Amino acid sequence: MMQALKSPRLGGLSALSCVLIILPFTLSNSFQLDVAIQVGIAAIVVVGLNLLVGFAGQISLGHAGFMGMGAYMSAILSGTYGWSPLLALIFAAICVGGLAFLIGGPILRLKGHYLSMATLGLGIIIAIVINTESWLTGGPDGLVVEPLSLFGWALSPFDEYHLLGISLSGTQVWYILIASLLVFAVWLALNIIDSPTGRALRAVHGSEIAAQVVGVNTAHYKVKVFVISAVFASVMGSLSAHYTGFITPNIAGFHHSIELITMVVLGGMASTYGVILGAVILVLLPQVLADLQEFEMLAFGLILMVTMIFMPKGLLPTLLNLLNKPKQKTTSEEAA
Amino acid sequence: MSTPIIQVEGLSKVFGGVHAIENLSFSIQQGHIHSVIGPNGAGKTTLFNLITGIYTPTHGDIKLKGESIVGLDPSQLAPRGMCRTFQNLQICMNMTALENVMIGQHLQFKSSLLATLFRLPCVVQADQQAREKAAELMDFVGCAKYLNTEASAMPYGALKRLEIARALAAKPDILLLDEPAAGLNGAETAELDTLIQKVAQSGVTVVLVEHDMKLVMNISDYLLVLDYGKKLAEGTPEEIRHNPDVIAAYLGG
Repeated sequence: MMQALKSPRLGGLSALSCVLIILPFTLSNSFQLDVAIQVGIAAIVVVGLNLLVGFAGQISLGHAGFMGMGAYMSAILSGTYGWSPLLALIFAAICVGGLAFLIGGPILRLKGHYLSMATLGLGIIIAIVINTESWLTGGPDGLVVEPLSLFGWALSPFDEYHLLGISLSGTQVWYILIASLLVFAVWLALNIIDSPTGRALRAVHGSEIAAQVVGVNTAHYKVKVFVISAVFASVMGSLSAHYTGFITPNIAGFHHSIELITMVVLGGMASTYGVILGAVILVLLPQVLADLQEFEMLAFGLILMVTMIFMPKGLLPTLLNLLNKPKQKTTSEEAA
Repeated sequence: MSTPIIQVEGLSKVFGGVHAIENLSFSIQQGHIHSVIGPNGAGKTTLFNLITGIYTPTHGDIKLKGESIVGLDPSQLAPRGMCRTFQNLQICMNMTALENVMIGQHLQFKSSLLATLFRLPCVVQADQQAREKAAELMDFVGCAKYLNTEASAMPYGALKRLEIARALAAKPDILLLDEPAAGLNGAETAELDTLIQKVAQSGVTVVLVEHDMKLVMNISDYLLVLDYGKKLAEGTPEEIRHNPDVIAAYLGG
């Protein structure tokens, strides 16, 4: 019985680490590595977003707004005002967390479509501010961002670095940074999920009233997870800005929000590894479909529709279910 | 007699023009199995929802251990020692059976967000204890074989008992069960009968809304009969059985 009570966590994390370590050796050029980094950035954002959407069951259609806010605050503070990028990143994360806390209180009282509309509105407001306040943000023309630096040591994708006698390109260093952060983010997410806080969050999704009668302050937990996921988005927005070196208001746009939520739903709500798969597919698919040119969006939409019709639980949970089916049958027979 | 654990005074609840509960007063003694019965639509579930903070009364007062609880929401009542189950199951279908019970222990956890994020040893240890305690409770209610089953894969009867385990995990002094036997077969009802008595013997006051008269008459110490939101009668099972008003309400007089 004690064996059955243990929760498996190390297996998935080590599998993910292995994939991330082997991956760069299979990629032949820096363009592919760049795509891998983009996937990693998106994956970390959706691992955070999944805590809110997949586990706590609260929809947010405005998370690109938080990501954009983090990106622009980092860009402006480190560029215009000469802050250290790390300090700017942390300050941006605190501000975004604070905003999420202030706004989360009132809007998370809403449910379903109303919550979607409210978060959608929040995201759009942030995008509009970024678009129109061009004296600060550069407006639709975008903004050049300083490379990430720490103690005067700048990390640019275009430079060469020597670490422990190995010569690495800037892109490779960025890959190592993002890959380590992804493993760290997954570890944090798994820790939250498998804790009293995580169970309270899932109970908010499963039955809010049941959670309340055993003493869970559901409003408090909704705001908490909203803030956590917003901070995830902000930090990745900052890093993404430093990595690409140039940002436009699109990062905070409605389309980006939809893309993030699609990663969660497609990969598998409430499945931490599933949403990473979702990020992989949604970032790679446009690259793969690029040959189809004007039919790209058509094929993209079709793939999403077909997946959702035949795998409503998302890719990874459905695939795992298929693999486990023979096993499940025997256990249910035992139980009966 | 000591102070009652629940004291209801002049309680009314109006929905639009309908008086779901009208000027109701009664009290529940500590350690009793106290049943609330009445025909369909008599206001039993409304009464439960009022006591447990899901509805706010239009008039009147509800005291828990001598302290008024009107206006508090359900999550504030759990720390005061009250917990309940639901007529239409409220199980978290996105979790395993064991995790559903562990939700009940929510108030016994005191770990900071940082400790949770980094899964410090204190969190691991508390979690492990919680798991063992939850497994014990599942055994107590007779769901032991579903330990790691997803709640969505469990049969209805077991889910009913799982709700009781979750409520007990909150260590309540008073437990309100809303139609625990609804939808159960004879054998399952008999098991439930034993379970409720075991719960009461452990010192928890049980308040029961139930249609199954055999179950109610068997295990209750005291009964409250409602009809159209008003108190029709009150007393021991023996008194209620012979009360002409109750017989009339049930058989249509």
